[in-house]
Amino acid sequence: MPGITREEVAHLARLSRLELKDEELDHFAEQLDVIIGAVARVSDVASEDVPPTSHPLPLTNVMRPDEVRPSLTPQEALSGAPAQEQQRFKVPQILGEE
Amino acid sequence: MPGTTDLTKLTAAETAARIASGEVTAVQVTEAHLDRIAAVDEKVHAFLHVDREGALAQARAVDDKRARGEKLGPLAGVPLALKDIFTTKGVPTTVGSKILEGWIPPYDATLTQRLKAADVVILGKTNMDEFAMGSSTENSAYGPTGNPWDLTRIPGGSGGGSSAALASYQAPLAIGTDTGGSIRQPAAVTGTVGVKPTYGAVSRYGMVAFSSSLDQGGPCARTVLDAALLHEAIAGHDPLDSTSIDAPVPSVVAAAREGDVAGLRIGVVKEFSGEGYQAGVMQRFNESVELLRELGAEVVEVSCPSFDRALAAYYLIAPSECSSNLARFDAMRYGLRVGDDGTRSAEDVTALTREAGFGDEVKRRIMLGTYALSSGYYDAYYGSAQKVRTLIARDFERAFASVDVLISPTTPTTAFPIGERADDPLAMYLADLCTIPSNLAGNAAMSLPCGLAPEDGLPVGLQIIAPAMADDRLYRVGAAVEAAFVDRWGHHLLEEAPAL
Amino acid sequence: MTVTELVSYEDALATYEPVMGLEVHVELGTKTKMFCGCSTALGAEPNSQTCPTCLGMPGSLPVVNAVGVESAVKIGLALHCEIAEWCRFARKNYFYPDMPKNFQTSQYDEPIAFNGYLDVQLEDGEVFRVEIERAHMEEDTGKSTHVGGATGRIHGASHSLLDYNRAGIPLIEIVTKPIVGAGERAPEVAKAYVAELRELIKALGVSEARMEMGQMRCDVNLSLRPKGAEKFGTRSETKNVNSLRSVERAARFEIQRHAAVLGAGGTILQETRHFHEEDGSTTSGRIKEEAEDYRYFPEPDLVPVAPSREWVEELRAGLPELPRVRRNRLREEWGISEHEMQSVLNAGVIDLITATIEAGADAASARKWWMGELARRANEEGIDPTALPITPAQVARVAALVAEGALNDKLARQVIEGVLAGEGDPDAVVDKRGLKVVSDEGALGTAVDEAIAGNPAIADKIRGGKVAAAGALVGAVMKATRGQADAARVRELILERLGVTE
Ligand SMILES: [Mg+2]
Ligand SMILES: [Zn+2]
Repeated sequence: MPGITREEVAHLARLSRLELKDEELDHFAEQLDVIIGAVARVSDVASEDVPPTSHPLPLTNVMRPDEVRPSLTPQEALSGAPAQEQQRFKVPQILGEE
Repeated sequence: MPGTTDLTKLTAAETAARIASGEVTAVQVTEAHLDRIAAVDEKVHAFLHVDREGALAQARAVDDKRARGEKLGPLAGVPLALKDIFTTKGVPTTVGSKILEGWIPPYDATLTQRLKAADVVILGKTNMDEFAMGSSTENSAYGPTGNPWDLTRIPGGSGGGSSAALASYQAPLAIGTDTGGSIRQPAAVTGTVGVKPTYGAVSRYGMVAFSSSLDQGGPCARTVLDAALLHEAIAGHDPLDSTSIDAPVPSVVAAAREGDVAGLRIGVVKEFSGEGYQAGVMQRFNESVELLRELGAEVVEVSCPSFDRALAAYYLIAPSECSSNLARFDAMRYGLRVGDDGTRSAEDVTALTREAGFGDEVKRRIMLGTYALSSGYYDAYYGSAQKVRTLIARDFERAFASVDVLISPTTPTTAFPIGERADDPLAMYLADLCTIPSNLAGNAAMSLPCGLAPEDGLPVGLQIIAPAMADDRLYRVGAAVEAAFVDRWGHHLLEEAPAL
Repeated sequence: MTVTELVSYEDALATYEPVMGLEVHVELGTKTKMFCGCSTALGAEPNSQTCPTCLGMPGSLPVVNAVGVESAVKIGLALHCEIAEWCRFARKNYFYPDMPKNFQTSQYDEPIAFNGYLDVQLEDGEVFRVEIERAHMEEDTGKSTHVGGATGRIHGASHSLLDYNRAGIPLIEIVTKPIVGAGERAPEVAKAYVAELRELIKALGVSEARMEMGQMRCDVNLSLRPKGAEKFGTRSETKNVNSLRSVERAARFEIQRHAAVLGAGGTILQETRHFHEEDGSTTSGRIKEEAEDYRYFPEPDLVPVAPSREWVEELRAGLPELPRVRRNRLREEWGISEHEMQSVLNAGVIDLITATIEAGADAASARKWWMGELARRANEEGIDPTALPITPAQVARVAALVAEGALNDKLARQVIEGVLAGEGDPDAVVDKRGLKVVSDEGALGTAVDEAIAGNPAIADKIRGGKVAAAGALVGAVMKATRGQADAARVRELILERLGVTE
């Protein structure tokens, strides 16, 4: 299995929205490389004919009726908001799509 | 009437009986525990938040109920320490993380509601590894918890606060969550009882998710019967959790009261021994095997060859799910927000907040999971791990075709010193070697004390594993083992713990 | 690129063949959200229809809305899709503040419906088959308002405000296979497809599919390949094209733009583009420095959906007649042309006419009122004809009054006016306004006599055989009776009195 580079860690950090410091990049690259090396052994027993299990219980079709349940009040919904305005969550400027 | 200090030594069953009979009030019991917390928790650091007023109000309500002549439930008025991973309306919930410091949930977890409905008195919220990621509680953003047997050692994790609260008599009952062993491993290293019920037995609604397909809440106590009483209080179908089992809860209290292993077939998992297993742990385990034979069980060896891939599969599946589950901590709707100076974008504020708000282990797992799910790597890592999961489930299935329960040591070693494995994630992960297969397969497992390791005088845990939905078998076997040991030792193991 | 640099549509089509892909998101009309019990009612105050689940609060969990799944299966069946025997939800991971969990619960490689088609009829009656790749279930995002910028747009805004009432509303995403072979009619096919899909969704009763309300939104993916080439070109993805006309314009614009870029030796970037209603153009969205990696994986908080075959067949049996089939049937029953039917469809009054006929009116008069007076009124007021304060039963009653001679057309229009003005049922309006054809022969006879006496010259002309001049006398009688006479009867009486036959 390939090892993991500092650049790959930087990419993972971007995808994960973690503003890692330089020294963290080095530190994590080293640790992740070891961990990934250790966990890669899953693939040697995972042959084609083994189906994957995503869930321990064999449940299907768990649904709820389309009936309205009480919502939170807007005050409760916003109670933990770092900032709010006009009963809405106030967030920094959003970059990107319009 | 016993003095207030004695009230903290009672089992939950005894406490409930005394409250029901009027011998003591729930308020007296609660005050005794609050006093105990005030006296020892500075040293132990089991609690992140003590809800003194809330607990006393609940206790008063129980006493009022009794005064009105209403029938009390089997745990009415019994104090409990709640792992800080369950939401509590109006009471802070941090999950051991800085990113949720100060968050006061506007809703109760289903488990919280059930505890309240059962008139259990919630004393407060207990310390844990951040987002339940860890085996030592050292990953808490709020500092480590000490093991009451030796405060320089870890109390296990992630639910170290709950196990330490039990072992230091700050509460007779506690709640834990078990994703890879976070109930059983702390129970093992603190000389207490912890049960991971069958996946889906206890609602996850309001339990902050780490790894959704593995997480399971469960009871922690000092005796098997207490754990069973708590199990019945919290288990049962919840329409708010799609993965909740819609079937009657097995009669675990009845099983705990019966406590009999005669005629049962018990399997010893061959793979859970050998290199890495402490001699004293194996000695106590082997004695447990002998004890079970003496009690009339037939003990055979079984092999589960895929278990040696369990740890690797776990450290792909859990991080993958957590990388997605923890994405919601973005500084927009609740919790910490860092760097919002009016010039930075939401994207930057999210990244700065997550950098500041998450600890190293959480960051490591988020990145590991992000890696395992990335296009190009998915099949080799996440996909293969899920196939290993199938193989492990098949090993269990084969084993349970010939035995009623499986047994093993709960952990390869006793409690290690705080700081010993802090910088070596792989060494830390080994603590969950024996517990992880049950999370991957979703079946039920218990840890209970089976003695002290001769070399260090620290508790050793015996793990019992039952098939999914057969949680009652854990209690039947566990209660028999517990009774036999108490008989042999003349007391509960915890009574050998040093005074704090 | 500005509009002036575009290649003409004809020139573009002379060289290239367009290949289109259409992705339509439909907001279902369920009472509650896809994964929680919060109401979906419109117009609520901000963040009043939210709960731990749709706010993505720690500890919250999703539970699937049964009607959401049922609607998805119905849509799949109506699109002639196969329905999965077993499928799962998946998480689509990406950070965006309008998405509370920072993943969208969607479906990935296991959609609930796949491999179908929708036949669409172009304005001249030609039928074009659009192949459907898949239809899957997912959830909508919250709504952001950008504050501090000059235009209320994202660029230049100082901050944004988020309302999560819409977060979690069920969406069905319907994706076509590449649409090839439409040639110059590609933009027309795109528009007809979206229109037909909208009719279908409405007929199924799973959504009102009102594009102007954002209940149905379309992304137009388009590429060109040189005529005769096998390989598809690079596509652009024009997002949120939210009216039928815009769908057609966006496709047309992109054909011209692609042709211009390719013709000049340039390459098309695979990018997101934004459509501008004002001039029908598209502009480039943000270029992403890294390709998106959504890290899809099966949603562990939900269990698989496995629609039983019995249930699927039950739903199939309960499907309404498909809109195109129904339109063709009605067209024949009403005896009108393709073009007339198209006008009825465009006016949005098919159901109203049908209901009016069911209430007793004949097809011609039902169509006449809804396509005439009432369509005009709706248009003037800028509302949907269904929103007019008059019912098909009331229109049918007016038609009946005309048929039995109690009203003439002019009076009927006044009755409709009265009903629209809230004066009550047609009969009540007739009463209150005193609108009745004067059928009293005596009174009518007097009015006719007075008209003849007052216009001797005209009367003479008529007596002399100039029957056409009778119109003037009829007009005088109608004026005298304030329009309440039956004009045909008046004419008869005049000719009778003057001893003339036609
Ligand atoms: Mg989509
Ligand atoms: Zn909600």
